[in-house]
Amino acid sequence: MTVPVLLFARYREAAGAAVVDIEIGEDATLADVWERVRARVPALRDERRPLFSCDRAYARPDHPVTGREEIAVFPPVSGG
Amino acid sequence: MPGLYQIVEGPLELVAAIRAVSGPDRGAIATFIGTTRNHHDGRPVQALEYHAYVPMAEAVMRQIGGEIDSRFGTPHVAILHRIGRVAIGDPSVIIAVAAAHRREALAACAHAIERLKEIVPIWKKEHFAGSAIWVEGPEPPGPSS
Repeated sequence: MTVPVLLFARYREAAGAAVVDIEIGEDATLADVWERVRARVPALRDERRPLFSCDRAYARPDHPVTGREEIAVFPPVSGG
Repeated sequence: MPGLYQIVEGPLELVAAIRAVSGPDRGAIATFIGTTRNHHDGRPVQALEYHAYVPMAEAVMRQIGGEIDSRFGTPHVAILHRIGRVAIGDPSVIIAVAAAHRREALAACAHAIERLKEIVPIWKKEHFAGSAIWVEGPEPPGPSS
């Protein structure tokens, strides 16, 4: 299935897009999503500290993805 | 639940935060204003730019309000964070917490800014003469507990 993944801050600049559509299989996790995103966006290949969210709440890399969630990946935050 | 949790495109107003939390049963309002600094590691910063995952940022700020209610016993919290380009010296974040007494208000206000910096999905970009860098936090927060 095709899943849109939202990117923010430096990741968005690296991809040149706010959203990337990736293909994942059944039983995929956020770690699988991240692997596909990095394959699509070579500039993110060496990123070591991605944070994930699922439906606007932080989620771990082993969180399952059904394809109906709002998924986002972003670097460590720096507000304030 | 009362409270004001907003990402704002434009100047922040301290009075809006105070108005959102004040009330006759509260004896203290603590406020925090974070302003943009003109230097980073000895280099002059010309301007700052903030970017946010707006709906998640507002949801996580509201979650911080919930933490404050359970830890400090007051639901009267306002957290406003600006996005877009912010001139040096201007407020980028304003927090107000009202409580029955000063100790809870001051402690809750400190908690709010520390947690905001840890977990709210907002990013800062520092503009120098001829270059710009995204600032990234020291430690990923991981899933919120």
